[in-house]
Amino acid sequence: MDITFKQVDYTYQANSPFEHKALKNLSFHLPGGSFTAIVGHTGSGKSTLLQHLNGLVRPTSGSVQIGEHTLEPKKKPKQAKELRKQVGIVFQYPEHQLFEETVEKDIAFGPRNFGVAEKEIAKRVKESAAAVGLDLSLLSRSPFELSGGQMRRVAIAGVLAVRPRVLVLDEPTAGLDPRGQQEIMDMFYRLHKEQQLTTILVTHSMEDALTYADHMLVLDKGEKYMEGTPVKVFQDRQALQQVQLDVPEIFQFLQKTSERFGKQVAYEGENVDRLAEQLADLAGDKHE
Amino acid sequence: MTGSLSSWQIWQVINMNNLLIVGQYVPTNSIVHRMDPRIKMLIIFFYVIFIFFANNIVSYALFTVFAVGGTLLTKVPWRFIAKGLTPVWFLIVFTFILHLFVTKEGTVLVNVFGLPIYSGALEQGAVISLRFFLLILLTSLLTLTTTPIEITDGVESLLGPLRRFKFPVHELALMMSISLRFIPTLLQETEKISNAQASRGVDFRTGPFRERVRAVIPLLVPLFVSAFKRAEELAMAMEARGYRGGEGRTKLRELQVMKRDVAALVIFIIVVAAALITRDYS
Repeated sequence: MDITFKQVDYTYQANSPFEHKALKNLSFHLPGGSFTAIVGHTGSGKSTLLQHLNGLVRPTSGSVQIGEHTLEPKKKPKQAKELRKQVGIVFQYPEHQLFEETVEKDIAFGPRNFGVAEKEIAKRVKESAAAVGLDLSLLSRSPFELSGGQMRRVAIAGVLAVRPRVLVLDEPTAGLDPRGQQEIMDMFYRLHKEQQLTTILVTHSMEDALTYADHMLVLDKGEKYMEGTPVKVFQDRQALQQVQLDVPEIFQFLQKTSERFGKQVAYEGENVDRLAEQLADLAGDKHE
Repeated sequence: MTGSLSSWQIWQVINMNNLLIVGQYVPTNSIVHRMDPRIKMLIIFFYVIFIFFANNIVSYALFTVFAVGGTLLTKVPWRFIAKGLTPVWFLIVFTFILHLFVTKEGTVLVNVFGLPIYSGALEQGAVISLRFFLLILLTSLLTLTTTPIEITDGVESLLGPLRRFKFPVHELALMMSISLRFIPTLLQETEKISNAQASRGVDFRTGPFRERVRAVIPLLVPLFVSAFKRAEELAMAMEARGYRGGEGRTKLRELQVMKRDVAALVIFIIVVAAALITRDYS
């Protein structure tokens, strides 16, 4: 599903002393099947942007188009529920939303709300649990007996079980151990590819943005600051540093290398082997 | 917006119900703001008692001047005060109208829809509405000019003597300040969970009543879980920093009675004394 923001403004508590503009004149287009990373400093409007994606909020002005659904300031979306079925959001620390007696019931909660047939639900629960790497023996346990990492997986499975066409991830790996982070991100990437999902990842990890995304959006104070492929965005380290962001380690490494050898080594997204060859050439030059 | 509740909306609901508790503080740093919260509370306490002794124009005028004068001194815009009183206006007007038709004293002034309205009723209604208004006005000045923390400190200090009777004064004050501190946090939490569950297809706004009540469960369970977790963490953090209860504990901000507090007290005593002298004793 394509997602288009057209000159979206969003103001909290308009016309009150606490008025606060969270989004300003934001326009972008995300084609269906793309993997977009959204980065920005705290307070840049990322969370507000996310809430537009399934109609939790409507723009104060401008419009948001998600597939066939349009969100506009005055009109209440007629099919908010249908939109939410299509757009799954994994919020920050999603384990905080668990409430059912068993893991199984909690995963089934979403599909049940959206009116999926009971037989189909049972099938989906097993599928999503397997997808997030949950042992099926855990399904009958209480979610509150599980470890933090397992709870996170249960919550994610609960979103996946609805089978959304758009997957929105708000720092899905925050607070997990490094191995868990890698597993979860790889799992999302696999799903993205297998089911041709449109994926939107909000992250503080530039490494993740570089590894998984094919498109990147940098926000600053509610405005679009940069947009493009991650490799292109990361070329401009200075611009990123101005908004308290930095580039992935590989770019920092290559920049230092360039300074040290007085020769440009540009990173165009090539694999490690090719990069090593380039570096070897550089070192070779120096020795001769 | 659709389906879920924003923390602002939840905040408004809470404000509507607990008007005199939270969210009303207006910082203007006036002389009333800088007063000792204990003195403010004492004055209000005795004002509430003595206003019932007023029974003629002069004594009521004295109490009115005191309350209105105090309000002017706070420099809080009338708009805020009027807004704070909105839910009470209804009660005041209702009391007045009730008195108009129920009290049967004095002479008949006019007939409204065949119901006689007595002069005594007009008087009674006006007096009781005025008294009601003054009470609410003065008590709301406390929350308008005193931060919750100051109120807690004041309560702790005023209840101090009860310690002799093994009353847990310090613990009570601590509980008060902790719950005040966590109101905004819990609101934020509510908003987050409400968003998450709305995304999972819960509809908090539409549908039959029974459905909507059931929709609250996915909101309440996570809230309780996180509140308990928070409480445990807070207790641990307090112990880690050496908290051992109120015994021998000193304060960062000692409450001190200043000249302005004495002055306010003196003015108040004069007003009360004058009212007691001028009231009718027949």
